[in-house]
Amino acid sequence: MEAVAQKIRETAAKLLSEGKVDCVIGYAQGTVPMRDYPYFAYTPEEAQNLTWSPFCCNNLANFLIRRPKGEIGKVAIVAQGCVSRSIVGLIKENQIAREDVYILGVPSPGMVDRRKVQDRFPLKTITEVTVDGEDLVVKGKDFEERIPQKEVRRDNCYTCVQRNPVIVDEMMGEEGPSDWGGNIDAVAAPWEKLEPGERWEAFIDEVDSCIRCYACRDACPLCYCHVCFVDEAMPQWCGKTQDEADVATFHILRAFHCAGRCTDCGACESACPQGIKVRRFTSKIEKDIRELYDYSPGMDLEATPPLSVYRPNDPQEFIK
Amino acid sequence: MADKILAKDKLGDFLGKLQADYEVYAPQEVEGKPQWAPVEESDKVLWDFSNTHTSPKDFFFPQTEIMMRFKNVQDHENGMVMEAEPPLANKRLLFNIRPCDAKAFQVLDLIFVQDEMTNDLFWKDKRDKTTLVGLACSDPCPSCFCTSMNCGPASTTGLDALVFDLGDKLLVRALTEKGEAVAEGLDDAAEADQAAAEEQTKAAEAQISSSVGMDKVNERSVMELYEAGMWDRVYENCLNCGTCTYVCPTCHCFDIQDETQGESGRRVRNWDNCMSWLFTMHGTGHNPRGAKKDRVRQRFMHKFKYIPVKRDGEIGCVGCGRCVLLCPVNIDVRRVVNDMNA
Ligand code: SF4
Ligand code: SF4
Ligand code: SF4
Ligand code: SF4
Ligand code: SF4
Repeated sequence: MEAVAQKIRETAAKLLSEGKVDCVIGYAQGTVPMRDYPYFAYTPEEAQNLTWSPFCCNNLANFLIRRPKGEIGKVAIVAQGCVSRSIVGLIKENQIAREDVYILGVPSPGMVDRRKVQDRFPLKTITEVTVDGEDLVVKGKDFEERIPQKEVRRDNCYTCVQRNPVIVDEMMGEEGPSDWGGNIDAVAAPWEKLEPGERWEAFIDEVDSCIRCYACRDACPLCYCHVCFVDEAMPQWCGKTQDEADVATFHILRAFHCAGRCTDCGACESACPQGIKVRRFTSKIEKDIRELYDYSPGMDLEATPPLSVYRPNDPQEFIK
Repeated sequence: MADKILAKDKLGDFLGKLQADYEVYAPQEVEGKPQWAPVEESDKVLWDFSNTHTSPKDFFFPQTEIMMRFKNVQDHENGMVMEAEPPLANKRLLFNIRPCDAKAFQVLDLIFVQDEMTNDLFWKDKRDKTTLVGLACSDPCPSCFCTSMNCGPASTTGLDALVFDLGDKLLVRALTEKGEAVAEGLDDAAEADQAAAEEQTKAAEAQISSSVGMDKVNERSVMELYEAGMWDRVYENCLNCGTCTYVCPTCHCFDIQDETQGESGRRVRNWDNCMSWLFTMHGTGHNPRGAKKDRVRQRFMHKFKYIPVKRDGEIGCVGCGRCVLLCPVNIDVRRVVNDMNA
């Protein structure tokens, strides 16, 4: 891990000093445990602040968009599997141009879910978490414990199918196995077992504590709409209250807007202050898309996204 | 009123008696997190926790609040019938609220209730009917910086009473008439207990490991701070979500909407936040805070400069540390204020 971080710093410094890029988007060490944060390095000196760890839980592809054009020029970006898939998605959706991004590819170590770590120490304050090989060393005022990382990864990291970047300009470490052995279809399985009524209950139960801060949306590289439907005022598609109908509408519509595009990066869940399993809402839709169209988002620059094409020979009657 | 003492094993009786007069709420473990909940069993009341996951501001300022209902009645002489929502029915007591959260409400009182024109009935009704019994912090967590923000582990501002946890007993210090009503009937505390409470407070203050400087922020003019170069970097990775403001005890912005269905409807106010581009969007399409930088700057300028300037040095932050822990990109308010103060 440290070797990857070192390689990122060196490469970033080189790219910046040679003027190949104007900015390198990576991570720097956070001020609280298990929260390394997206960092923009503009100079070789700043590149020394870059890091790489199992606490890099955002999706950096998000920072390629949502910014005024020309605000930063050519950028290099640190990308593991899911992030590179999001970059592919953004290229295919004409949000960015391939030649404007220089991809520093990293094999994903699997990211740690800070909530799972906290749950091991209910109500206690964790003061420091460090990585020691395959383990985390978790410290608090009156405790110190080792936890194997593999027990506390984010849900999406267990079922990841693409740990290595799909497009790369320069690799920052050796490619590892492409998955963790989990079954991505299993994420949707719990929904499939439920009757419609139960499914609704399970869904409402999950969004019950949502505070509509929209961190899930704002952390997601798919949600780049200039005006999101929840912010639209004329017409107002979605009410602004905490009523069940309004909260549910937000989550249902957002999930549908991600259909065939979600790379299961988990940034939404990592961002949510309430620990809501937002990813589960897209899981069944993505499974349907895999089954119906044999398509997984962001895996291939040449593949056509199924929901954005029209085929004259479409088998469905209603579309003709 | 002299300091009182309450044996912890008598807590059930004590809270039970209060429940005759108040709805009593306290931080309890809900889904693994310390959160506010109505007290049903006194042994569920938490003593060892840093602070509740989100702030208790929704007791006074709910995320969604109906202000009135209306109906268009054709044959009514006024045409439109408007009905106020009933005020809070019962008195409430928040037990074991942290001093920082109570301080936040005192700051918000200065904003919601200023004069005849700015007198928020919804806020005031709930404040008047609620008693705040605080719990002094004996073990502040590393993300708290209350002592830099006009507050502290045993700060009494905004509280009606303050409780010190002395192990098997509690020292109860009444601070207002409302607090005296709560402490009424308890035995006087011994001098040794008072000394233990002082001791605990000193130790807690010493334990606060993070601090921020405000001296230069206070000296500098609004414009000087507003134009500081540091803002060019602070906002870079901000997602412009609402997390930091919604978990914050002192953020108080709202948006009012009229919702209609057929001939009737309701007026609702919902939390809103300056991080959203929609917050200041004008009907004309002009947005005075059109860029992310403007919005991020607003959050910090409002809390650490505009409020102090307008409200006699009060700060729009109490150092509770919630935003520090929950911002998805670790924009740490302590770091930002230190940059403003650099
Ligand atoms: S919906 Fe969530 S998991 Fe899917 S791409 Fe967006 S942030 Fe990633
Ligand atoms: S981040 Fe979590 S709390 Fe915020 S809107 Fe999304 S699901 Fe709701
Ligand atoms: S500072 Fe953090 S929590 Fe606040 S809007 Fe920005 S990203 Fe969201
Ligand atoms: S700004 Fe952050 S630290 Fe300050 S009161 Fe609000 S949530 Fe707490
Ligand atoms: S910081 Fe922003 S949301 Fe919070 S009170 Fe100030 S203007 Fe409102």
